[in-house]
Amino acid sequence: MAILSKEEAQAILTKVLSFSTADECVASLSGTDEGNIRYANNAVSTAGAASTMSLSVSSVYGKKVGSASINEFDDASLKKAVERSEELARLSPENPEYMPMLGPQTYDESLTYAESTAAIDPAVRADMVAQSIQAAKDEKLEAAGFLNNSTGFRAMMNSKGLYAYNRNTNVSFSVTIRNQEGTGSGYTSNSFNDASKLSTLSMSKVAAQKAKTSAGAKAIEPGKYTVILEPLAASDLVGWILRGFDARSADEGRSFMSKKGGGTRLGEQLFDERISIYSDPLNPELPSPTWEGDGLPLKKTTWVENGVVKNLSYSRYWAAQKGVDPLPSSWGMIIPGGNSSLEDMIKSTERGVLVTRFWYIRSVDPQSLLLTGLTRDGTFYIENGAIQFPIKNFRFNESPIIMLNNVEDLGKTERSGNILVPPMKIRDFTFTSLSDAI
Amino acid sequence: MKRKDFLYYTSMGMGALLMPKMGLFARPIDPLEALVERADAQAKKALADVALNEATAQGATYADVRIGRYLNQYVFTREKQVQGVSNTESYGVGIRVIVNGCWGFAATNNMTKEDIAKAAGQAVAIAKANAKIQGGSVTLAPQQGYGEVSWKTPIETNAFEVPIKDKVDLLLQVNSIAMENGANFVNSRIAAINEQKYFASTDGSYIDQDIHRIYPSFNVTVIDRASGKFQTRNALSSPMGMGYEYLDARPEDKVAGVVTRYKKRYDILEDVKAAAQNATEKIKAKSVEPGKYDVVLDPSHLWLTIHESVGHSTELDRVLGYEANYAGTSFLTLDKLNSKNFNFGNKLVNVVADKTEVGSLGAVGYDDEGVKCKQWDLIKDGILVNFQATRDQVHMLGENASHGCSYSQGWEDVQFQRMPNVSLQPGKTKLSVDDLIKDVEKGIYIIGDGSFSIDQQRYNFQFGGQVFYEISNGKIVGMLNDVAYQSNTQEFWNSCAGVCDESDYRLGGAFNDGKGQPSQSNAVSHGSATTRFNGVNVINTARNI
Repeated sequence: MAILSKEEAQAILTKVLSFSTADECVASLSGTDEGNIRYANNAVSTAGAASTMSLSVSSVYGKKVGSASINEFDDASLKKAVERSEELARLSPENPEYMPMLGPQTYDESLTYAESTAAIDPAVRADMVAQSIQAAKDEKLEAAGFLNNSTGFRAMMNSKGLYAYNRNTNVSFSVTIRNQEGTGSGYTSNSFNDASKLSTLSMSKVAAQKAKTSAGAKAIEPGKYTVILEPLAASDLVGWILRGFDARSADEGRSFMSKKGGGTRLGEQLFDERISIYSDPLNPELPSPTWEGDGLPLKKTTWVENGVVKNLSYSRYWAAQKGVDPLPSSWGMIIPGGNSSLEDMIKSTERGVLVTRFWYIRSVDPQSLLLTGLTRDGTFYIENGAIQFPIKNFRFNESPIIMLNNVEDLGKTERSGNILVPPMKIRDFTFTSLSDAI
Repeated sequence: MKRKDFLYYTSMGMGALLMPKMGLFARPIDPLEALVERADAQAKKALADVALNEATAQGATYADVRIGRYLNQYVFTREKQVQGVSNTESYGVGIRVIVNGCWGFAATNNMTKEDIAKAAGQAVAIAKANAKIQGGSVTLAPQQGYGEVSWKTPIETNAFEVPIKDKVDLLLQVNSIAMENGANFVNSRIAAINEQKYFASTDGSYIDQDIHRIYPSFNVTVIDRASGKFQTRNALSSPMGMGYEYLDARPEDKVAGVVTRYKKRYDILEDVKAAAQNATEKIKAKSVEPGKYDVVLDPSHLWLTIHESVGHSTELDRVLGYEANYAGTSFLTLDKLNSKNFNFGNKLVNVVADKTEVGSLGAVGYDDEGVKCKQWDLIKDGILVNFQATRDQVHMLGENASHGCSYSQGWEDVQFQRMPNVSLQPGKTKLSVDDLIKDVEKGIYIIGDGSFSIDQQRYNFQFGGQVFYEISNGKIVGMLNDVAYQSNTQEFWNSCAGVCDESDYRLGGAFNDGKGQPSQSNAVSHGSATTRFNGVNVINTARNI
């Protein structure tokens, strides 16, 4: 069993620290029990389970730091990991940016564990997948998907008396359903801490519907279009934004958050005023751990309010340099939406493109956060307030910063992966070429 | 010249750098630092037999066991400071079985005989649970047992035996050179990997392998505060299936030109100086005019285009739909293969799959299901002639021997079809880079890999690069910026207008190619010589926010 209780983890970490001879030492223990089924062509292809636990130790002499990790837990191995990290620390030069370890902290009780997910066994998994495959077979379609559930814990103890523990569960499911001719494809995916929120059957029915309606796509000219992004498509792009909210990169002049002439864009109106972005570890729809890697508590944080940048994340080192409080970067991201339904958005669109999801998104230019990628698994042409026909996939070259300045409408927020995001209607979205891929 | 002497003498010309005393290089390394302890093969055989026997006793018609010790070492630095020095070690066993014609897999890091037997039982239970949703029985290609055999990456210097101090000093020297040559920021790193893998199967193989990989790299950033612009240039190194000798620069491994590029030895100190100069030049470089260009692609760039458009499209699991939900399928089909006349490219295009090339990331003796490795053709004179397959797939090609493409990133992950080295063969007639460029009226010479994106069936792609040079009337006339090219795989490979000869052949590669669910990482090399493609669509990527 790789899932240790708070007390069991504490006992091992106390023992690890007892072997330390360094000035400072921090030990982290994490474990996961994970099971999965992968299927394709309406049959299981691989399936497995793994139970893993690993220990990592960082030792510090002055400002010299070394780290080692190991996954054997007899006393000799624990001692070996400590000695190995101490040896590496002695051999390392001083890191002038090293910050002394934190003392004891107070954390909120996290909501990341759900018994319903921890109780999933191989038979339950097989049944959840069987429902998805049946949904495809009923429509004479072919499903390929992946179901994964995990239960994990993470614990950290340092020589200054800090001890932090969290356990979590997660279930994630994704399915691609294609027609037998290979001319239509649909997709859905999501993840939850609480497996009772997941229905593999209803999600598979959505993918099956997309597979049928996307068949026989026509080509239309690339160019600038009004787009309606379903929550999955919106999350694919907005998920890139907070990666740039790091104060140090912005101060150093190497981020889209850097200001011409020096400084950062903190306080600037960077987006349409309907856009706000925050993170909240205690949001019941998107719970996250309440502490981060070096032990700082994670709290609700507003990053963007009515389009204005309100906060950038500061590491402990950079905060000390700048004379501000450290602020950990976010885990998860919440964008409040409006009241429009997807149908309302389509009805109000004279000419546009409905996008189910994007694929293979990569940064093209970090200065503008220009991204490229393609639409996939259901792209439709809208005219006169109605979907007219499925269209061939496009490659886009667009920046989510520019995109969130071109907001026409926002729908109701829902969970998509690790983001709570509304469907979005965006004008002047840039498609640069056509793809034959289905 | 030995590396230590090379470093020492190079440093003499570099001013006040952090240079260690010579004596330090001779210091015997502490085993704690080196992580070079090896588990005894006989002990592993005894554990493997526990799993094989238990799986068979519980009804498995086939079983294989992988006992792995995976060692990684990372040294990260930026400017004058070391950000991290880390050794990681992971030890455990993964057991794969066929029961009732269905695969099952389980893994554990509890290495007692009891726990291994329990994991074997768990793999059997999973196979039985899934047999009811299995489409058809697994068909394995026959495979001979090899008995007790071993294989080792042919390295000269085990990177794990090189003192950390040497690595730190080298990287800080890299950073210092970058800053002296105009960089505002520099990050540098060395990653070393050692996979100690023991494979056993009910076919009667007991295979002990010791596999090494290394990847030194950096990126430099130059900032122009006044304009708010910044530019970067990454290392032109490649991850290699080599030991620390990759960093022993040799003149014969340098390719001279507008920027020096490297074959099987890498001069990181020389490259970082060029990188800082390139990034400075990029700040002021002309923004590209969009349109059609002849593109001349250096192997340090072309490897990634080969990887995405040829490597992934010829994976049989993608062709068959097994990757439909994640990496995608392929525009290539069994029909196109069987037609024997599908022109993937023109006659200049010859691509081989390979698991044996010395120094490459894909080279191993045996794959992760005990198949001895080899080389085979994928594209012959432009025609699609084969795919990449594992034991349970190859019967679908009408073949009865696996290609040896099974790989797992660790003991805890199930093995599946992964890409071998996929390389464009050099031209058979003598042709230099200058020969390729001299015929170009309007073109761009691209060096180094940059942004990359391709659709899920591998038709439409877009690639950036590290440095771009404008070619006008047969001559390089200056640097360009904001360049990316878009094309379609088949159209692109049919626009191939010349491949340099073998004297220009070099490897590039991916250290962490992702595929599968749960996602797994694979290391793979791609060889090529400089190649020209005519009339390719180039876009301008500059935007204002």
